Amino acid sequence: MAKPMDQYKWHELTVGCVIEDVGNAMEYKTGDWRSSKPVSNREKCTKCGLCWLFCPDAAIHQTADGYYETDLDYCKGCGICARECKPAAIVMVEEER
Amino acid sequence: MSAKKGMEVSIAASVAAKLARVEAIAAYPITPQTHIVEHLAELVANGELEAAYINVESEHSAMSACVGTSATGARTFTSTSAQGMELMHEILFIASGMRLPIVMAAVNRALSSPLSIWGDHSDIMAARDTGWIMVFCENGQEVVDSIIMAFKIAEDRRVLLPMMVNLDGFSLSHVIEPIEFPSQEDVDRFLPPYAPLYTLHPDKPVTMGAYAMPELYTEAKYSQEMAIRNSKTVVKEVMDQFSKEFGRQYNLVETYNIDKADTVFMALGSINENIKTAIDLLKEDGKELGLVAPRLFRPFPGDELAQILKTKKTLAVFERVMPGGAMNGPLYNEIASLVVQNGLNIRLENFIFGLGGRDVEPEELMGVFDRISASSKITHADNKNYGVIGVRS
Repeated sequence: MAKPMDQYKWHELTVGCVIEDVGNAMEYKTGDWRSSKPVSNREKCTKCGLCWLFCPDAAIHQTADGYYETDLDYCKGCGICARECKPAAIVMVEEER
Repeated sequence: MSAKKGMEVSIAASVAAKLARVEAIAAYPITPQTHIVEHLAELVANGELEAAYINVESEHSAMSACVGTSATGARTFTSTSAQGMELMHEILFIASGMRLPIVMAAVNRALSSPLSIWGDHSDIMAARDTGWIMVFCENGQEVVDSIIMAFKIAEDRRVLLPMMVNLDGFSLSHVIEPIEFPSQEDVDRFLPPYAPLYTLHPDKPVTMGAYAMPELYTEAKYSQEMAIRNSKTVVKEVMDQFSKEFGRQYNLVETYNIDKADTVFMALGSINENIKTAIDLLKEDGKELGLVAPRLFRPFPGDELAQILKTKKTLAVFERVMPGGAMNGPLYNEIASLVVQNGLNIRLENFIFGLGGRDVEPEELMGVFDRISASSKITHADNKNYGVIGVRS
């Protein structure tokens, strides 16, 4: 969006609120919805990629060395990665802010 | 000017959709459906109409499919009735919120329970605030003309909203009437192909029907509300243009014999022809009654009605739906709010009639007129608010 949502006037919206700017959900960071975050233990990780596959928000990325890390700007803390991780390398840790 | 043709009004409605060159139709072909989509299916199957005809598994899916085809930019038509309209209810809001100019012939019928297949306005009155533009028709000719006009109104860039053409179940949908059909060439000139503002197409991806946070939802709905309120101008324009092209003038509010009459009746749909007969019969006895009939129901033509009603002494509003615990019928409630806002000095009466297909003859309406005229007070005997015509007690 060209400006924050709470600054739009009704007549500035597109007809039917169509979003012409494809992929602009990137601008909306959902990470602050999170109450707990995934923490990964590289000693247990087998680089299987199940966490990456299951993440419903595409918030997990593979790094150059083959491990996976979470983008905390978008991770909502749902815990699916920790639930699916077979070697239990991911644990959910309560956020403290 | 082409000759009139005797035809069942449902079939005529589908011929009108064909004349409008609809490109997509989605329907669930089982009771309470009418011959409208059945005949369209025949036209498509016989190669007389080039359109995508999507058979779906329910009315909910029918309207969902219409949302999809309209979003791709196809001129979309469907029809429903009674329970079918209620099953569509959720998607009716989605069509209007997404500003998709779908046109639907709504054959107005009673709702179960008790089971009834007959006509009244229970279905449409439950769907009246779904954000669709709505007109009501008195006869088959109006149905045909309204369907053609509906596409032009709905697809106008200043509008972009879905539109319902209401016709009474059985008393219109299943009767044979003389109807004049405009030629294909004339309709093509009046109604050019739909030029959508946005389409779902991989070459230019967009998101439709997205999520709105509390920061945006109010502005989104207000923008939609302004669109339907402002659509009145376009409805009027299209009606006038139709009159120029085809010689039949329609108005937002139709009137009959209102100049001399202090007392006027108001109703929606085919009963208005019975009211006109009652008016003519009363005239023979030297009594003056008028008719004020909103053809446009959404957006509500409040200013136009106030202008007409300001010189009248008594108004009786007739409605084919039980108020369901409300003070009065839905049309009466709007009129009451209009009367208060405009400071009109008019006595109001509300009558419920014609539920589940019960006929109301002109003589019965004349009786109501006599009852109202005999008293200066509200005359309902059976209820503090509204009266129910013909109820056995």
